[in-house]
Amino acid sequence: MEVVQLQRSFLEYTSSLFQEGFLDAQFSQLQQLQDESNPQFVMEVVTLFFEDTERLLNDLTTALDQSNVDFKKVDAHVHQLKGSSSSIGAQRVTNVCIPFRNTCEEQNIQGCLRCLQLVKQEYFLVKNKLEALFRLEQQIVAAGGVIPMVE
Amino acid sequence: MKSGPSSSSRPGDVVSDQFPAGLRVLVVDDDPTCLRILEKMLKNCLYQVTTCNRAEVALALLRENKNGYDIVISDVHMPDMDGFKLLEHVGLEMDLPVIMMSADDSKNVVMKGVTHGACDYLIKPVRMEALKNIWQHVVRKKKHDWKDKDVEQSGSVEDGEHQQKPSEDIENSSSANGGSWRSSKKRRDDDEESEDREDTSTLKKPRVVWSAELHQQFVAAVNELGIDKAVPKKILEMMNVPGLTRENVASHLQKYRLYLRRLSGVSGHQSGLNNSFMTSPEAAFRSMSSLSGLDLHSLAASGQLPPQSLATLQAAVFSRPATTSAISMPVSDQHLLSFEPPKSRSVNGQQEACNNGKQISLLQGSLTNMEPKQLANMHSVQQPFWGMNGSSQVNPSNSQFMQISQLHSRGQLLNQTSDSQVPRIQSTNGQTLLSNNIPRVWTPKGVDRSTASGHVSQGSSMVGFSMKQSSEFPGTSFPLLSDSGMSTLSSKPLSQGELNSEIKDSRNFHPVNELRLNQTSGWSPHNIRSTFHGSQHLAFQGAKDASHSVFSPQDISSTPSSGLLNGPLNKGFFSLGGGQNNSSSMGPVNPLLADTSRRVKSESLTIPGCQSNMFSKSFSHDDDLMSSLLEQQDDVIPVDTEFGIDGYS
Repeated sequence: MEVVQLQRSFLEYTSSLFQEGFLDAQFSQLQQLQDESNPQFVMEVVTLFFEDTERLLNDLTTALDQSNVDFKKVDAHVHQLKGSSSSIGAQRVTNVCIPFRNTCEEQNIQGCLRCLQLVKQEYFLVKNKLEALFRLEQQIVAAGGVIPMVE
Repeated sequence: MKSGPSSSSRPGDVVSDQFPAGLRVLVVDDDPTCLRILEKMLKNCLYQVTTCNRAEVALALLRENKNGYDIVISDVHMPDMDGFKLLEHVGLEMDLPVIMMSADDSKNVVMKGVTHGACDYLIKPVRMEALKNIWQHVVRKKKHDWKDKDVEQSGSVEDGEHQQKPSEDIENSSSANGGSWRSSKKRRDDDEESEDREDTSTLKKPRVVWSAELHQQFVAAVNELGIDKAVPKKILEMMNVPGLTRENVASHLQKYRLYLRRLSGVSGHQSGLNNSFMTSPEAAFRSMSSLSGLDLHSLAASGQLPPQSLATLQAAVFSRPATTSAISMPVSDQHLLSFEPPKSRSVNGQQEACNNGKQISLLQGSLTNMEPKQLANMHSVQQPFWGMNGSSQVNPSNSQFMQISQLHSRGQLLNQTSDSQVPRIQSTNGQTLLSNNIPRVWTPKGVDRSTASGHVSQGSSMVGFSMKQSSEFPGTSFPLLSDSGMSTLSSKPLSQGELNSEIKDSRNFHPVNELRLNQTSGWSPHNIRSTFHGSQHLAFQGAKDASHSVFSPQDISSTPSSGLLNGPLNKGFFSLGGGQNNSSSMGPVNPLLADTSRRVKSESLTIPGCQSNMFSKSFSHDDDLMSSLLEQQDDVIPVDTEFGIDGYS
C-alpha cells in the first residue's frame, strides 16, 4: 500500500539523515516533543530555524562585507547560529560554526569568509533535506497514514 | 516529600505527587528557535511557562509580578542585556533561582555563571532531561533560605512541616513542596513571637523585594557599620524598615557580598591585574603593599574613591584590630568600593563601575596583602602550609582566615558575628570547587586532619565544575582574579594544606600557582592539562596557517588561560595538536608541542587517551582538514556538546 511504502521511505530517509550527520539526537528530541496537542511542532520549530538562520546569514554576509569588519559582531551572530542549529539538531551546521568562531577570534577575514561559505552550504543542504522530509510526512498524512517514530 | 497544606489550589493529597508540575518558569532567550523548543520542553514537563525574548521585558515581568515565578532560565548572550546582568538583577531584587544557558561552554563563561550566582548552567542544545530537574533548584533555594532562619532560631525545621497553615504564598507557589516549605517558613515567622525572636518581624514573611531605595538604605547601613560590624541585626536596626526581618537582611547581605566579590573579580580581570597576581607572592606583597598607602590617597583624590570608602580603607590599613575585623576589612572595602547596586545609585555615587573596579582591584590587592601584616598580629602566617601536600595544620588562626572565606560564602554565611568561628571554606578563589567536595571537612572546630587528607581524593575526583553544587555552595566570590585566573586555580583539587593556605591567602593566588607548578604528586590530570593547555594554546596561536587554526578546538582559542580541561576536550586538543604536528607547515608549532609532550611525561602523568589521540588524526594539510570537516559523518561521535568540540573528540 502506498501508506506503508511512504512510511518506509520516510523511515529510511530519516535514518540516512542521521547517519550522514545532517541531523543528530537533538532532532529526535524534537520529534519526541511532538504530540497530539502540537502535531506540527517539529515543522514549526524548523521553520523558525530557517527564518532565523537566513536572517543570520544575511547579517553575516553584510558584516563580513564591510571594509572594517566588526569581528565581535560576526562572532555574536555565529554564536547565535551555533545555538539555534544545535537546538534543532542540524549537526553539520553547528560543526562549521565552531571553526567559524575561531576565525572570528583570530580576526581572520579570509577564514571567516571561507567558513561563511561552508555554513551556507551546510545550511541549504539541511534545509533541502528537511523540506524533503516534511513533504514525505505530508504525503503519509494525506494518504491517511501516521508518521512513524524513528528509532 | 509529604503532602502540603491542603488549602492550596490543588487537592491536598495529590499535591506532593504533582510537584514539580506547575512550576512557574520564566524563559528568556533572544533566539526564537531555542525559545520555542524550550517552551515546549518545559510544557512537557508540566511546568507553567512564560517566554520572552528580551531581558528587559523579563525584568519588567518579574518586577510586576514579584511572586509570580519560581525560577528563571536565561540565555547568556542577548543583544539588549547581558544575561549575567539579568542574573544579578534577579538575584538581588527577586531572589529567585536563575539558570543560565548558552551554546558557549567555555569555562570562562561557565565560571562567570557560577560567580554571578547562577544556580545552574545549561549548555545548548538543552535536553529534556536537563529541564526536567530544574525544580530541584527551587526547592534547594527555599530550603536554604529556610535554613538560614533556622540557624537563628533554636526551633527545629520539622515543626513547620506539620502545619497546615494556609497562606497566600501557597497559592502562588505552584508546587506542593514549595508550598509546604513556604508555609513552614511563614509559620515560623508567624510564631516567632512565641519564640521570642530578636528582630521585628512579627509579620508574615512574603518575599521581600529589595527596591532601589531599600537597597540604598541597606548599603548605607552597611557602610556606616563597617563591613566587619555589618551584622544583619545591626543593619536591620539601622535601616529601621518596618516589616523587614533579620533574615531578609541576612540573605541580602550574603548576596551583596557575593556581588561585590564578583564585581571586583571581574574588574580585576578587566584591569589585567590578575596577571600581576600570578607573580611571586613576596614580590606581590611588596608591590601591593606599597600601593596601599599611596593609592588610597591618590584614589581618593582622583575622586574614584568615595570619601567614606577611603576612610574605611584607611581605618583598615592603619588601625587594624588584630582580630577578625582585620580580616574582614578586605571584604568590606571591596564592599564599599566596588558595589554598584543594579538599580540604585549607590551611596558611593555614580562611579564608573569599570574605573572603580580597576582601582578597587588595586586596592584589593593592597588590602588583602595587608593581611600578612595583620596575620602577624594573629598567629602568624603559616608558611609551611604552602607546598604542603596533605599535611593539614589548622590553627585557631586559620579559622580567622577562613572567616574571610566565609564572608564571601553566600550559602554558609549566616552569622556575621565576629566570634563565629566556623571556617567554612566554601568560597573564594578557587577553593570553591574543592569546597564543593569538601563541605564537611571544615567544621566549626577547625579542620579535622584525618578527614582532610581523606578528602583530598575526593577533591581529585571532582572533574571540572560541579555546577549543581553551586547552589549549595555559591560563595564563589573571586575578589581578585578574573574568571580565567580563577579557573586555573580552581581546577586544582588541592590538598588540605593548600586549601588552608588558599584560604589564608585569599588575597591572591601566587602561592597556589606556585604550588601548582611545583607539584607533581597528587595532581589529577586536569592540572597538568591546564598547564599544557597554556602552552598548547601558544602553539596554536603561533600557527601561521590560518586553516589549521580554523580547526583548533573552539574552547582553546576562546579561553586563553583557562586552566581546566576536561577529558574529551583535552583529547580534541591533543588530537589537533597531533594533526598539526604532522603538518610540515606547522614549524613553529612543533617545538611547543614537543615541549608539551615532554611536559606530559615529566609530570608523570599518563593521559593515554589523549596521547593516542594525538596521532590518530592526521590532518596533513588544508584540504584534508576541510574535507575531513565535511566528512564529519565518520568523525562525528555522539556529540559531547558540553565540550564544544563536536566531531573533534
